Amino acid sequence: MLFRQAGIFHTDYAADRALFPIAADRWMIGILLTFGLVAPLLVNSLYLSSYLLPWLIWTAGALGLNLILGWAGQFHLGYAAVMGIGAYATVHATRAGIPWEIAIVLGGSTAAIIGVGFAFAALRVKGLYLALSTLALQFVMDWVISHVPAISGGTQATLQAPDIRLLGLPVTSDAGLYYVALVWCILVTSFMLNLRRTALGRALIAVREKDFAAAVIGVNSFYFKLVAFSTSSFIGGVTGAILIGTFYHAVTPEQFSVDVSIQALAMVIVGGLGSIIGSYFGAAFILLMPGAINSLISWAAIRFGFSLSIETLAHLPQALYGALIIGFLLIEPLGLGKIYNNIRDYLLVWPFGYVKK
Amino acid sequence: MDWALLAESAINGGLVGLMYSLVAMGIVLIYKSSSVPNLAQGSMTMLGAYVVLAFANNAKAPIWLAIMLAIVTMFGVGMAIERVALRRLAGRPIIMILMMTLGLEILLRAGAMTIWGGTGRPMPLGISDDPLFLGPMLINRTYAVGATVAIVMFGLFMLFFRTRMGVVLRAISDDYTAAWSVGISVERGVALSWAMSAVVATIAGVLWASVQGVDQSLAQLLLKGVTVAVLGGLDSLGGALLAGVLLGIVEGVSASFLDPVLGGASRDLVDAAMLMLTIMLRPHGLYGRHDIERI
Repeated sequence: MLFRQAGIFHTDYAADRALFPIAADRWMIGILLTFGLVAPLLVNSLYLSSYLLPWLIWTAGALGLNLILGWAGQFHLGYAAVMGIGAYATVHATRAGIPWEIAIVLGGSTAAIIGVGFAFAALRVKGLYLALSTLALQFVMDWVISHVPAISGGTQATLQAPDIRLLGLPVTSDAGLYYVALVWCILVTSFMLNLRRTALGRALIAVREKDFAAAVIGVNSFYFKLVAFSTSSFIGGVTGAILIGTFYHAVTPEQFSVDVSIQALAMVIVGGLGSIIGSYFGAAFILLMPGAINSLISWAAIRFGFSLSIETLAHLPQALYGALIIGFLLIEPLGLGKIYNNIRDYLLVWPFGYVKK
Repeated sequence: MDWALLAESAINGGLVGLMYSLVAMGIVLIYKSSSVPNLAQGSMTMLGAYVVLAFANNAKAPIWLAIMLAIVTMFGVGMAIERVALRRLAGRPIIMILMMTLGLEILLRAGAMTIWGGTGRPMPLGISDDPLFLGPMLINRTYAVGATVAIVMFGLFMLFFRTRMGVVLRAISDDYTAAWSVGISVERGVALSWAMSAVVATIAGVLWASVQGVDQSLAQLLLKGVTVAVLGGLDSLGGALLAGVLLGIVEGVSASFLDPVLGGASRDLVDAAMLMLTIMLRPHGLYGRHDIERI
């Protein structure tokens, strides 16, 4: 119905390889992009800076994690540490007087170089052991960041992030910061969209399916694992830097603890492994859910006249968050992205539901 | 160099390590039967301690009865977790299973906090705080009790694996499909191993709670448990016991040297380093089975 395929003929290779061959997809992307561009005019600044902005940044982060998890199939339980490395490197670089544009690239590169260290674990082990070794590296990174005064500025310290300056102009307004996040999110999204039709993307998928088998058909799985880890660490590092620059404005070790790693992992799982639209849904879901649950509980407390202790209120959203992860894994293991695809597939052939896609 | 101090931290470290291996044994039991790496073992430990306190404080049961009741409850909890959460994931990619145990970890930890609150509470086991004197060395009494319990539990498991049900579990861990084809109920065996691991978690929870009190930090025993389990080999109970002693000694001795240099909290760093080293040098651990992967 909505997604009309009538009149789409693949008459040349370019048309066959188009990102969005169906007109409805192009329309939806166009409308979303337009909304993204004019959002500062439509949405009030509270919603802009406390919902839309973190959503866009975390989507970019989830996409970076999805690259390693969904495309290359390598487990990464230390993604927050990588983001932290990027953030700290950028903050230190800007404080040393390096322009912000160069500083985030520096931050991303630092994260990529250290992130390759995670990859050397991936060369030797995989699956469970890779997960555990990245978890161990997350603890090591946490410890190093919080215990080396040169990085964190001393234990329990908060390091103020200098204002973002683009081409010498300070970016301080809510709309300006939002556009920085939007541009980064669009960059990462278009990279990921194009990845699936490049040789790199296909090689990563071959490595994911079976690295030995990939090696047999001539894909250097060792090299592509390194590329996957460094690319996703670069994205993670820059995302961490932008998160600090536009949202937190100050950097502390707790912002990149192991819980944050699990949160990023939850975004990817809830959104759907290897799904780009899913990363958007997953990030939105994980970010908005605690607030939504909190307001639901307080509404229910008034409506049904019961009162909960402060401790219960503090921990209940966390418990429901765990329950939701479990629920998703049991009911729809491929996440919200798969649900979207199911709806789209249904509409694609509607009203001829018996047609196999 | 002060040899007495060194020996003291080594002995206390070894005893603490045996208490770590209580946590690790739970991970090993589950991994052995179903190849599920249980990252929720830490919060199961914590839940066990909370359940004991709930029986002791709310139901006014004496502490030994509370522990017994908690063990029975946790046996059911372990079975329920396997039935509801893990059974449907059998055969799925490892990433889903790991995420499921992480989800369980969050749910159990936050769920216990929601019900009982996060303030630290003591676990009144009645073990005195006076140290045991062994020549010039002071040995912590709670650690000694914990280590004894760990060894007793290990012995009980060794005996259990000689019974009929134990042989069934060994068959399942040896070959899933072959066990199925000779009529063994694999699901029931896996459920039993979850239940046993929940029981071990309760015992570990009680002992650790008497060391550090009942609060959220009990769930952080996961890192120690995982390190010990990997070091000993993920499918070897004896390995877990030995690796516990090893990790405890390394941790205790290095902490007494590193803490003054690095300004405290070097234990977690030593753990993470041991875990990394094990995975890099010998992923199947000291006594684990070395699996060969086929394409």
